[in-house]
Amino acid sequence: MNGEDLLRLDGVSMQYGTGETAVTALSGIDLTVGRGELVAVMGASGSGKSTLLTVAGGLTQPTSGEVIVEGEWLSTLAPKRLAALRRRSLGFIFQDFNLIPSLTALENVSLPLELDGVSSRRAHRPALDALQVVGLGDRADRYPADLSGGQQQRVAIARAVVGGRSLILADEPTGALDSTTGESVLRMLRERIDAGAGGILVTHDARHAAWADRIVFLKDGRVLEDAPRMPLSDLLGETIR
Amino acid sequence: MSIRLSLLAILDQGPCYAYQLRVEFDRRTGSTWPVNVGQIYTTIERLERDGFIERTGAEDHEQVHYRITPEGHVEVQHWLGSPVVRSGAARDELAIKLAIAVTLPGVDIAAIIQTQRASTLRTLQDLTRTKRTTNNPESSEDMAWLLVVDSLIFAAEAEIRWLDHSEARLERAAVQGVAKPVPLSDEPIRRGRPAKAVKL
Repeated sequence: MNGEDLLRLDGVSMQYGTGETAVTALSGIDLTVGRGELVAVMGASGSGKSTLLTVAGGLTQPTSGEVIVEGEWLSTLAPKRLAALRRRSLGFIFQDFNLIPSLTALENVSLPLELDGVSSRRAHRPALDALQVVGLGDRADRYPADLSGGQQQRVAIARAVVGGRSLILADEPTGALDSTTGESVLRMLRERIDAGAGGILVTHDARHAAWADRIVFLKDGRVLEDAPRMPLSDLLGETIR
Repeated sequence: MSIRLSLLAILDQGPCYAYQLRVEFDRRTGSTWPVNVGQIYTTIERLERDGFIERTGAEDHEQVHYRITPEGHVEVQHWLGSPVVRSGAARDELAIKLAIAVTLPGVDIAAIIQTQRASTLRTLQDLTRTKRTTNNPESSEDMAWLLVVDSLIFAAEAEIRWLDHSEARLERAAVQGVAKPVPLSDEPIRRGRPAKAVKL
């Protein structure tokens, strides 16, 4: 494993149910994400994109294969340590922001640190830093309802990276935003990645996937080969040869 | 793309000489479509022949200056006020390639679509990378350049969406058993006009 890899999926498969009714959501996925690298995952609905994200984030245990986050093999971790690793290393961004409405922007961003045992007073400093990085230092005391969609998603980005968390897992983060706002959110996400984080961006939108360094296509739970360059004879098969 | 009308619109701002027109054109389109000086001279000749521009008589370092005529001004206004009608959509090379490929036996159409999608995505990534270098467009030149890059980005995106759509449609057709290769017809061919023509 490359020492710079933040995330590695090794032969990851995910199956729901058993026997004849079993559904394979992921099948033998190999994927790495390094520091400073954003990998986009594209595919039609039901291709396994979101399952891949929940498995990569340790929210679901794969049926087989290994998920390694910052050198830690998730399958070997006890639930408590897995939860701690998630809080310390991973930041999630969702389409619908998932901010807590009764907390201010600052409190929302502080939350992961507080859950990790940092006192509320000590958590506010890095949380404010993270909000400043996404250009919302002056909105720290606002509640989500007082912020625009784009601003809420920027709070979510701040929450995803607060306290030096380095692996960002984003599931359609621009899905609920208009085109221009979505682009500014991607630009912000990209800046965090360029500053040393790494991330997976699940999207069905090619224009947004293009912000990534690499693009992986999923189809029926499998990774499609990147631009298969087959000789024409292979494409045409037996009939024409 | 109408270089001719673009140059005429620039001349509508004031007299210019040939090289100056090239610089102004590049500045306003972010050098996305480089035009060589030869093309500029040819275009100027045609504009002069059509009565849309004329020589001012002033010469500066042996550069001939041109200004727009009232007819030229009307032409620019007409251009700005009319929609651009894209011609030849039915002859899109990719659409024809897929249309033909679908009818050939033994061709892996999904592989063709994926090859194209990955290639167009790479183009889209290159364009996005280029765009990322402009953070906050401060000048109108940057803004013009961003408009051009965005138009290429949206065109690439549209192509990918069309590929996704075609893939889904072909998969559905395969399930329903309606996407079958078309063998060569052995019916006698009658000469004459084709039965159906798409008019655009």
